[in-house]
This record gives sequence, structure tokens and C-alpha cells, in this order.
Amino acid sequence: SREGGYGLGRTALPEEIAAWDIDIRPDGTGLPVGLGDVYTGEELFVDLCSACHGDFGEAVGRWPQLAGGYGTLESEDPVKTIGSYWPYLSTVWDYVHRAMPYGSAQSLTDDEVYAIVAYLMYVNDMVDDDFELSNENFLEIAMPNEDNFFMDDRAETEYTLFTGEPCMENCRESVEITARATILNVTPEQEAAAAAEAAAAEAAAAAEEAAV
Amino acid sequence: MSDTPKFTPSRRQFLAGAAVATGAAATGKLVHAQAAGPDPLITELQPWQQYLGDGVDARPYGMPSQYEAHVVRRNVSWLTADSVSSVNFTPLHELDGIITPNGLCFERHHAGIAEIPPGEHRLMINGLVDNPLVFTMEDLMRFPRENRVYFLECAANTGMEWRGAQLNGVQFTHGMIHNVVYTGVPLRLLLEEAGVRGNAAWILPEGADASAMTRSIPLEKAMDDCLVAFKMNGEALRPEQGYPVRLVVPGWEGNMWVKWLRRIEVGDQPWHHREETSKYTDLLEHGSARRFTWEMDAKSVITNPSPQAPITHGPGPTVLTGVAWSGRGTIPRVDVTIDGGITWHQARMSGPSFDKSMHRFYYEFDWDGRPLLLQSRAHDSTGYVQPTKDQLRMVRGENSIYHNNGIQTWAVNENGEAENVEIG
Repeated sequence: SREGGYGLGRTALPEEIAAWDIDIRPDGTGLPVGLGDVYTGEELFVDLCSACHGDFGEAVGRWPQLAGGYGTLESEDPVKTIGSYWPYLSTVWDYVHRAMPYGSAQSLTDDEVYAIVAYLMYVNDMVDDDFELSNENFLEIAMPNEDNFFMDDRAETEYTLFTGEPCMENCRESVEITARATILNVTPEQEAAAAAEAAAAEAAAAAEEAAV
Repeated sequence: MSDTPKFTPSRRQFLAGAAVATGAAATGKLVHAQAAGPDPLITELQPWQQYLGDGVDARPYGMPSQYEAHVVRRNVSWLTADSVSSVNFTPLHELDGIITPNGLCFERHHAGIAEIPPGEHRLMINGLVDNPLVFTMEDLMRFPRENRVYFLECAANTGMEWRGAQLNGVQFTHGMIHNVVYTGVPLRLLLEEAGVRGNAAWILPEGADASAMTRSIPLEKAMDDCLVAFKMNGEALRPEQGYPVRLVVPGWEGNMWVKWLRRIEVGDQPWHHREETSKYTDLLEHGSARRFTWEMDAKSVITNPSPQAPITHGPGPTVLTGVAWSGRGTIPRVDVTIDGGITWHQARMSGPSFDKSMHRFYYEFDWDGRPLLLQSRAHDSTGYVQPTKDQLRMVRGENSIYHNNGIQTWAVNENGEAENVEIG
């Protein structure tokens, strides 16, 4: 039992903290000593990652695209990748290390993560193919989109617009429908099918009853 | 006893019958349907009136009636690459009141459902603390507990509707939400147990599943009303909701409510992890993005009538109902319109009004059988009024994905069928 509080729980041992505390921050806090180059990363990526993310991070099917998309953020169809969108390289290191490969998380060594991150930088046109990433040069890397994020400003930009007594009567001259979901027809069909089935069963039951 | 129901409620029943009643009901007087003859359900003996049913040992954990088998969570398979890092939807159109039954609470996982034996779960607190600690579930159960009712809404709820009306059902447009009673320990007590250091300003909760979900949360929020919860609606958390223990972050986007909570790190800066950079940042029209958009703004939706819940009874007395909630307080008032916003009416709030919880509203009216355009508009206790989708688009454009709390429109036709539409 410790001083103060409820005296519940026990002291976490250094080995236990080391096993679970794997998070990395933009200032490099948490980064382990290690290194990896683009070529090593490419081999690892093709083996472990490309089945979902494509050989060059271009993505397979619906899986996330990791490279490209530069200059699309203002377009109607923004492509948000590590290169075009992510503000910090530390996030790439942290996330690959903690959660990838999907279905085999935390199976990569520190050097393998450095190499894969180096390859991801390469396919995002951030470095040449002879680049080696390490804990020593990590903080020299700036991501292209870092400055395009800002703190939630809804209090200043929206809340004044969306307060006050709204109109209750004679609020508009006329109303017209401008968009319909049924035109797209992308809603799961089970419901409609079930309803049709039930209606058919009912009709059959009604017919049976009428015949009695 | 037969296992298969002879009759399943149909969503399109009696439409033909309704048409017959139109003339009478349109005069505005209530007309009771005149029975054509005696009802055999009354005049003939039914099996359940004669034969014995199940005993009290047949259903040790009760399930809904077989006639409610259609009341289930559903997913939209095209939304995500697979069903493991995915989402499903609460059937809001089938529910009433404010509490979501545990088995219907929507799910959102990033690496599937972690199945953790409670005796093998640990919760660690480390970082800027005097005493880094490890708790077992047994330890957590010895702290003072609180009970609170909160909504949990996914930041992406209604996200598919930014560019127009897309999914035809309230379950799919608004079903990434649930509202339950949590029992848990105030996070503040656990942090105080570890002794938070003076330069601490942020915490990083982390999950024990294969996604090891992390989010940065300001210490101020952590010390205010966050809970480390182990019960929902009175029973243990469901595995899909984080059994044995999850974080509760009242009023804030669901992604931060870390499930299978295994660790809380205390730090002096945010971590800027994947779920607060790549995801859960809101891209605006000019290419820059908001980060740390934590609060869920006031929102409401009409659950009945709605595309999955048409009016099947024809003209006459009609109950309109829905839900409203705000991450910044309570919902003292909801306005509804049945004519697309020409005239608004104050709905009737019914049931408990809790801070950062779902609220239930009703509007009873006499339907004249003509087409309707239904909307609801929530007011929260801070004076914020739920905006239209167009008002939000004016500020944000159409690519922010998250935080769509715009007013929803359902168009109801003469047959009582409803559709997800937008109006101008």
C-alpha cells in the first residue's frame, strides 16, 4: 500500500512499461535507436504490405492508398495519403509499428519499421532511392502538408452563425426536392427484400383465408 | 410449438386498405374502421390460449420475441475494405425512448473484436506520474463508481450524406450512435492514484486490441467527466463495446472512447497519432484541415416515419418521433416541420433529459394523406441551433467527412412511403 489515494493497484515495473509504451511523438520522443534504407524497405513492403497497399502504395481495391495525391486536397475528390496529407513522419513510424501489417500487428523489428518508412517516403517522392532513415536524421524530415492543419475553430467560425431564435412561421415561399437517395440505390437491399417476402407471405395468407 | 413465425410484420401492409379510408379521414373527423364481420382472432381459440408455453428455465438469458428478428444491426458492405476494420448501424427506426439495448449498439472496430479474459486484462498508467501503476479488473472494482447516461456518436455518423442524399434509411444515415447507462470509475481517481505531475497536460489512452488504438485527450477533459467503464445498461460491457473495460469521453467523438483500455500515458504534449492526423481531421474547402474537433454538436433526426418505417395506417392520427442530442449539454427543445420548413412546430420532449445524452421527442398530428417533407431541428442548452446541411457546406465544403450534424429531410408520399431527400 502506498501513501495517499486508495492504495489500489501496484507499481508498474520498468520492463512492463517498456513492453507497452511504444508511442512516438513528432518531437521524436519514443523513437528507438535504429535505421533502414529504401531498398530494404522495398523488399519488406513487397513481401508484407503490397497485397493490400500495392507495390508503390497505390492501393489494391478498397485498401488505403499510401502514396500520391499531391495537389488534390482542394479538388472535388481529395486523395489523402502520407505524402499529400499526413502532417508528421512520427505518425507513420508509430502507426506501422503498432498496427501493421493488418492481422499481424507488432511483428516488425525497429529497423524494419525504419526501412518501411523510408520506402514510404520514397514512393511519396520525398527522398531518393539511396535514402536511409534513422533515429539520428528523423527530426530533419518535414512533411509537405504539416502547416495545413489548425485547431478546431468551430467556436469562432460556426457557433455565432448557428445560434439565435430561428424562423417558425412563413419561413419560405416554396420547397422543392433537389436530391433523392433512391436514385443512387446504394442502400443494402436485405430490408427491401425482407419486406417484399413478408408482403408476399401475407398476400398468400390472405388469399388462403379468403378461400376458406 | 413451431419455431417459425407464421406472420412477419410487413412494412407495406394495408396500403390498399388505407386508400379506402382516405375520403373519410380527409374530412378531419375520426372514423373508426367498421369491421366487416367478427374477427376470427377473437372468435376462434388461438394456440397460445390453449397450449403451454416455455417454462422459466428455457431462457436463462432472454432474447427478443421471434417477431422482432428484423431488429438488428446492419452493415453497408461497400463502405469499407473488409468487415473487421468497419462499422455497423443501430436500427434507430425500431427503437423508442432513449436507451439503446446492448445487443443493438452499433459497432466500430479497427482490428475486430478483441476477446479478453477479464482475469488477464491489465490497465497501466505511466508517463508524467509519480507512481506508474498497473491495475487488475479486481482493483478497478474497488474504486468509487458513478452511473451516467451518455450518447456515443461516431465522428463519421451521417458522413456519407455530405454530398447529397445517399443512403435510404435512418439506420444507415444516423445509426452510428448509441445511448446507454455506464457504470464506471471516474478517470480522475485513477490519475490521482498515480499522482499526475505539474507539467502534465495531455493523456494518451490505448486499446489492447490489434489496432492498439490511441488518441490524445487534454488532461482537463480527463479530470472532468471521463469514466473508465465496465458496465453498460447494468451488465458487463459487450465484447464488441470493449469488454472488460473502456474509456467514456462524454460528448466527444466516438473514436476517443478507447475500447479494451489497457494503458493511459500522461504527457505534456499531444501525440498526433494516426487517428488524429490521417483520420478524424476535417478537410475544408481550401485544402486545410481542422484537427482536434472533439465535441459532437447538437443534432437530431426523425426516426419514424422514415424510409425503413413508412406510414402504413393511412391518413388520420400519426405519431412522428425522433431523437436529439448534443455534446455540449442537454436538448431543451426540438422543432419539427412536416411541410419542408415553411411552418415549424415545437415537438414534445418526453423522458429524462441528461447532459450529453440522447433525448426523445414526439409530434402527433392528423395526416391528411398528402405528401410530407419532414425535418427536425435541435436546440441545445448553450443556445446552439442545429444547422441545415447547406449552412454547414457553406463553412466547410463537402469533403470534411466527419461531424455532419445537418438537418435531415424525409419525403413522405401519398402511400406513406418515405425517402431520404434534400430540399431547396
